[in-house]
Amino acid sequence: MSDVLERPADSPLKVVGTRPIRPDGVDKVTGAATFGADFSMPGMLVGKIKRSPHAHARIVSIETKRARAVAGVKAIVTAADFPDLASEEYEGGESASNLRDLSLNCMARGKALYDGHAVAAVAATTAAAADEALELIEVTYEVLPHVIDVEEAMSHDAPVLHAHLFTEGLETRPETPSNIAQKNELARGDLAAGFAAADVVMEGRYTTAAVHQGYIEPHACVAAFAPDGQCQVWSSSQGQFMVRTYCAKVLGLEASNIRVTPAEIGGGFGGKTTVYLEPLALALSRQSGAPVKMVMSREEVFRATGPTSGAVMEVTLGATADGRITAADVVLKYQAGAFPGSPVGAGSMTALACYDIENFHITGYDVVTNSPKVAAYRAPGAPISAFAVESAIDELALKLCMDPIALREKNAVRDGVKAAYGPTYRNIGYVETLEAIRDHPHYRAPIGPNQGRGVAVGFWFNIGGESTAAVHVNEDGSAVVVTGNPDIGGSRVSMAMMAAEVLGLPIEKVRPIVADTASIGFSMLTGGSRTTFATGMAVTQAARKIVADLKQRAAGIWSVAAEAVEWKDGAAHCLDPAKADAQPLSLAALAARSARTGGPITAEVSLTAQGAGPGFAAHICDVEVDPETGHVTILRYTAAQDVGRAIHPAYVEGQIQGGVAQGIGWALNEEYVFDRLGRMENAGFLDYRVPVASDLPMIEPIIVEVANPRHPFGAKGVGEAPIVPPLAAVANAVRRAIGVRMTDLPLSPPKIRAVIDAR
Amino acid sequence: MIRRHVSATVNGDPVEFLSHPGATLLDALRDELSLTGSKEGCGSGDCGACSVIVDGRLICSCLMLAAEAEGRRIQTIEGMADGSALHPLQQKFLDHAALQCGFCTPGILMAAKALLEANPEPTETETRYWLAGNLCRCTGYDKIVRAVMDAAAEMRQVRV
Amino acid sequence: MPRVVAIGSAARAFTGGAGEIEVEASTVAQMIAVLESRFPGFGDHVERRMAIAIDGEIHQDADGAILNPHSEVYLFPRIGGG
Repeated sequence: MSDVLERPADSPLKVVGTRPIRPDGVDKVTGAATFGADFSMPGMLVGKIKRSPHAHARIVSIETKRARAVAGVKAIVTAADFPDLASEEYEGGESASNLRDLSLNCMARGKALYDGHAVAAVAATTAAAADEALELIEVTYEVLPHVIDVEEAMSHDAPVLHAHLFTEGLETRPETPSNIAQKNELARGDLAAGFAAADVVMEGRYTTAAVHQGYIEPHACVAAFAPDGQCQVWSSSQGQFMVRTYCAKVLGLEASNIRVTPAEIGGGFGGKTTVYLEPLALALSRQSGAPVKMVMSREEVFRATGPTSGAVMEVTLGATADGRITAADVVLKYQAGAFPGSPVGAGSMTALACYDIENFHITGYDVVTNSPKVAAYRAPGAPISAFAVESAIDELALKLCMDPIALREKNAVRDGVKAAYGPTYRNIGYVETLEAIRDHPHYRAPIGPNQGRGVAVGFWFNIGGESTAAVHVNEDGSAVVVTGNPDIGGSRVSMAMMAAEVLGLPIEKVRPIVADTASIGFSMLTGGSRTTFATGMAVTQAARKIVADLKQRAAGIWSVAAEAVEWKDGAAHCLDPAKADAQPLSLAALAARSARTGGPITAEVSLTAQGAGPGFAAHICDVEVDPETGHVTILRYTAAQDVGRAIHPAYVEGQIQGGVAQGIGWALNEEYVFDRLGRMENAGFLDYRVPVASDLPMIEPIIVEVANPRHPFGAKGVGEAPIVPPLAAVANAVRRAIGVRMTDLPLSPPKIRAVIDAR
Repeated sequence: MIRRHVSATVNGDPVEFLSHPGATLLDALRDELSLTGSKEGCGSGDCGACSVIVDGRLICSCLMLAAEAEGRRIQTIEGMADGSALHPLQQKFLDHAALQCGFCTPGILMAAKALLEANPEPTETETRYWLAGNLCRCTGYDKIVRAVMDAAAEMRQVRV
Repeated sequence: MPRVVAIGSAARAFTGGAGEIEVEASTVAQMIAVLESRFPGFGDHVERRMAIAIDGEIHQDADGAILNPHSEVYLFPRIGGG
């Protein structure tokens, strides 16, 4: 089945590209929408978790007798209640997870590896009883020295987290365990020759802190383990099939016995592409015989769910006097948290993705640390390495006295250029995004005292993956589109729009549903900027099958050949000249006769979408720095991005604006602060400072559309690329405002004050 | 521990519930009255997802004890629409796509309602500072501010 | 015969450092089988841990994808999003 665009160039789209109101919108603005913590089942217990107060400790013993005696306590679980999994790579989320690590992260076994690591869980009839039981669970720890800073964790005398972790990727396999889980290298050309050919060489060292995705909704689920082994889970997550897979694996259950219903989700950004609570809730339900609800507190979200890596990076660039970059050497050291798996691989592959450089060498280190296991955060790994590279490029531009956009244009990747991560680019819109910001009035607006303008670019792959979609036609000629992708940012309306476009229906007649694991075929989770692309492809193909079916039925009614029927404007039209008086048959008319013409009108498509188009973004940021306080105000922000085709422009704009806002927070204020015992000091929204409405100006998105020929409407993923440029866009603006390069994020006021004072 | 009987008015209707000693108004709304529109994002008054209006004043319901609700008039998101007629703010949020995941939306709508009751003609800056107590992680606030100011303009026209 | 380029040191550890390999195969599934027989463990690694770009188009889990004699094939680590 072809998925390539096939539409006459002059036939305009009627629904795709417009801005209809999302069908789930009324529930969201009236408080009726059911999120994870809003769901209840009769007889439900409250589940809570006992967490390690130590960043690194051996668990000597856990005594639960006194806790079990508390009135109302119905179940207590520890690692003893979970199978001891062998190390196994498994595709449950988006990339291979090590199941053993996932299981140990959900419930510590033998060792607590970070402050907040779960060591036991309780289910009771009231929260008060659960709290009392938690207090009475006696855990004996042997406290061990801990390490959090990534370079400290890499050093020879660092406390070792895992006795069986030996660095992968070295020439000879080491004999002693290490906190360096993996070293990976990406190289091309001849680095030495490249630097030898350079007129100018720039070196820089850049550091970032761990930051959290910061979704406003804490993790929440309700789980029920029935006496016959049938499990139901209601969960706020980015993927109900992922939850099912992980629960099955972690608990040693059959996936077919678990039905997961996706709740509305209050933000994820990658942080909800894994499980923390669901396996525990199921285990507690199994033991107690009652449904169990578990909701994290904000403090638990910060202490015990994955932030993304903090990192140390070194970038050296060489260029000729006219701005041609001849060599790049990049070293990336990323924190993985308690178990291996930082996004340093993606950080390495994306670091130079916007640049056509012949000679480069990128080294990436994945390093475990006594901090929460990192989870995906919007373009995982890419914003971090982009901060370093884009800052270095900016320094290069200053040194060469070159306009920063011109420098990037001179070294820009285009169609036909080999990407730094290997393949040749096709149908990319990077240069178009540079031109969009270069030609935008923002770039020519005047700059005042203590103000500066920064430019930065970014790249994200976007992925395809498995998706299933079903379309059903109702007897009144309306349609339902069923998919398995939780709607984080408005994707379900885009599904309805694509179906409506193909069927020729107005958008109001197409209802999108996000179904549970038993009601729709498998779908990979919502993430990786894949939903509009991959699930949209499945939706479109299913709608096309319906159209083919409808044409067939109309042909039968008119007694003409199927080729003599055209589907246009939501109706079948007879093209046979012998039947000139045949009136068009609308979808409603055909639906009313469905029983007589072959039965219900439905279609389902499952596919693994290939050919996802990468996203390129180019941003301009203006800042003003207050020399007295060190406070940075974002004055103006413009963000151009190639999205292929904006199915629903308002939600595309929303993705761009949201990613920019997160990037600004990452640049200016957000960071995990640990005390000397390795405990997070700012585990709340007061001191973990995300951007608020008064911190930001209007954010102007520029939608660039260079169609992806592999998607029926030309769409590329949009959600992740927007967060990649802002870290450096802000830092570059600050550099131009204060005249000093700041290389350590976040650029919080005390740091800026110190630099200004020393100036 | 003895639970305390509370009588109050919620969205114009008299209600009664039993509150646990340490329970917050947010807990009572969600768990006793099944009004789950107000959300808990942080439990410490920093995110605004639990915003309600009590005796005409915008507050974080996670910072008020359930027992303190005795005798008070409380407005929550569930009472914002007039039957099936959405409040102009609610409609403008939909029109402007001023929500993505929708979790912060009830709190922001209540805060915006309180803003427009106090100041029917807010500037962009006034709107942003008023809403500074309501965190949104999805939208970057741009469309939210536009929606609030557009609703304010429409409400001023209707009043005239 | 498609020329297969393996990106990244983790992959090259399997191939003994070779970055470019000529592989007689007309589908991805065949290519994986050939790689596994020539470099034990590599085919499995490619199948589970890598993405494949065929003439610039990225594929993950695409056993049936066609490889033409002059196809440019790149193997690089699988990407997960957020």
